[in-house]
Amino acid sequence: MTSSFIHPALILLIGALILPFIRGPLRKPYLFLVPLLAMAAVVSNTALSGVHGVYQFMDWQLEFGRVDRLSTIFALIMGLMAIIGTLYGLHVDNAKEHIAAWFYVAGSLGTIYSGDYLSLFLFWEMMAFASTFLIWFRRDKGSLAAGYRYLIIHTIGGIILLAGIMLRYQAVGDIAFDLMDVAHPELYTWLIMIGFGLNAAIVPLHSWLPDAYSEASFNGSVFMCAFTTKTAVYTLARGFAGFDILVVLGVIMALYGVIYAVMENDIRKLLAWSIVSQVGYMVAGVGIGTELAINGASAHAVAHILYKGLLFMGTGSVLYMTGKSKFTELGGLYKKMPATMFFTIIGCLSISAAPFFAAFVSKSMIISAGFESHLNWAAWLLMFGATGTFMYNGLKLPYFLFFGKNNCSEETWEKAGDPTWNMQMAMTAGAALCIIVGSAPGLLYSLLPYPVNYHPYDGYHIAETLQILGFAALAFFFLKKYLVPEDKICLDMDWFYRRGGRLFLWIAKHPIQWFDTAWGEAYRVVGLGPLMTISRFWSWFDWHGIDGVVDGIARCVRAIGGRVRVLQSGQIQYTIYFTATFAAVVLISYILFQLA
Amino acid sequence: MNTIIEYLRDRLNTVIKTCYGILALVLAYSLYVDKSHAHTWVEQNVPFFWSLFGFGAAAIIIGVAYWYGHSGIMARKDFYDEESKSCCGCSGAKHESSCEQA
Repeated sequence: MTSSFIHPALILLIGALILPFIRGPLRKPYLFLVPLLAMAAVVSNTALSGVHGVYQFMDWQLEFGRVDRLSTIFALIMGLMAIIGTLYGLHVDNAKEHIAAWFYVAGSLGTIYSGDYLSLFLFWEMMAFASTFLIWFRRDKGSLAAGYRYLIIHTIGGIILLAGIMLRYQAVGDIAFDLMDVAHPELYTWLIMIGFGLNAAIVPLHSWLPDAYSEASFNGSVFMCAFTTKTAVYTLARGFAGFDILVVLGVIMALYGVIYAVMENDIRKLLAWSIVSQVGYMVAGVGIGTELAINGASAHAVAHILYKGLLFMGTGSVLYMTGKSKFTELGGLYKKMPATMFFTIIGCLSISAAPFFAAFVSKSMIISAGFESHLNWAAWLLMFGATGTFMYNGLKLPYFLFFGKNNCSEETWEKAGDPTWNMQMAMTAGAALCIIVGSAPGLLYSLLPYPVNYHPYDGYHIAETLQILGFAALAFFFLKKYLVPEDKICLDMDWFYRRGGRLFLWIAKHPIQWFDTAWGEAYRVVGLGPLMTISRFWSWFDWHGIDGVVDGIARCVRAIGGRVRVLQSGQIQYTIYFTATFAAVVLISYILFQLA
Repeated sequence: MNTIIEYLRDRLNTVIKTCYGILALVLAYSLYVDKSHAHTWVEQNVPFFWSLFGFGAAAIIIGVAYWYGHSGIMARKDFYDEESKSCCGCSGAKHESSCEQA
């Protein structure tokens, strides 16, 4: 590496490879130390700017360390989340889970610092493959299948991205990862955008997210909720700021996620739908593309990672302690899990953009940017979605999980209780950060990509928020009977690819298998007979032709050898006699030849 | 914390009335606050605009989600399991074990 740039991904990767050899009492301090060192590297990199870690590979210049304000703010929040996530799962004894998580974080940090498409693609795929194991490590039938679906979808996304990168290289002649010419999009622009957009869970490429995040291990989902989608938001902000279509897609995401979250019965799937919705705000912000909008998207990514991590920690605690994750199997847990309830409610207030909590200072930046860019329709719909966010996340989740009807079985109720000390520590850290960011946004604003001239704490914004939250709560109070969770699943776009998989299996089992059988029979009847005849001919030819020649030569050599053998009796006097005779004949012949 | 929650639950009517009182204060505050920073005409000229917006948006979202969910989107929880069973040529409970073996 050039300069003093230290790649935090390298620390995590080396740390992950050494981890299996660190055992016993050293394991937990080591687990805490490695992400801490990675975060220290990110912090030390904030003093730099420009491109570092440049390597020439064949004809391409790989840039592993592009440091600017956009990459710095995303790297900082990823580094911070790596510490919180590892702390949350500190008691997990399986080293493989930590290795997968660190490879995943390394992939995210590597992508963020990449200045070229080749190294970006490498880290992008590392992220996809490592995170699959975070799903599989839950080790049940559902997570195994969800992991495979996740892997297949992300592999397809990776191929689309790679195709875009190759087409762009062919057209432009370099692999630099910079802002695209979004005013004149080419085919490669769309392909790269789709590749990034799939990871951002842009509707209709989003179904992998609720499917996978609800099936991941209790601590795996804490990592997953932070890294994949927000890394994708970073890549979109870097490459596609001002791309109009992203405003439309972002608004669709914001609303689509709300409707599904309102219907959802699984607490972690509800939060996964919430990610689709919240990332929609960021995608819309990127699409608006002004300085305020990009600042808003970046700030909301930071806030979102903090409160969503906290919410997944809260619901993960419920899953970890009770083994259940459905409203219809839970309820009334405030009595048994008061600390978890407290932290979860802080996460709920943060995502609802309540004053003094995280999203209050970030979400409104994007909506204001929409109004200021005269995209009023988008801004109004995002406000509409924000009301829905409060509805399902600020009210439905805590009410039906902690206060509503107790649906717990006797066994579930027995198991329920606040989780281990490290899980509570991680939730304390997440909750504190949510309040700090929401109450004193100055530090967050100072890290944003562009200078900030935005003041969230004015009387009008507070009045607006209190009215929306207060009267949405009133609507919930009157209409909550229509929100009572039902023990059902919600069909979504995944129905199409699951149907597609079913169709593929049917094709494999029927027409392809029939064709294979018919082909085998035809081959046996038509192909095998002539083949045997030809084989017999070649066998005859081999025996009588080739072998005849080879054997003839061998017999000839043997006959000559038999004759010559007479000369080699092994007695020295005969050898001298034949040699001298031969020499004498040669000598006499030579003299006669000379005389003539 | 449990003590506080139990205390409030025991006095639910009082809590509800207090909440109504808080909403009334919010409404009063919305009339008083400076609206010169509002982005649109309706915000500046329609009294209690965001209160109406909040209540209306929440009611619409609840209504749409309820209708959408009960129009066939919410399916029984073994929906995909049943589909995969019928896909691999099995149907009904008696084939369940052979499906699982497959």
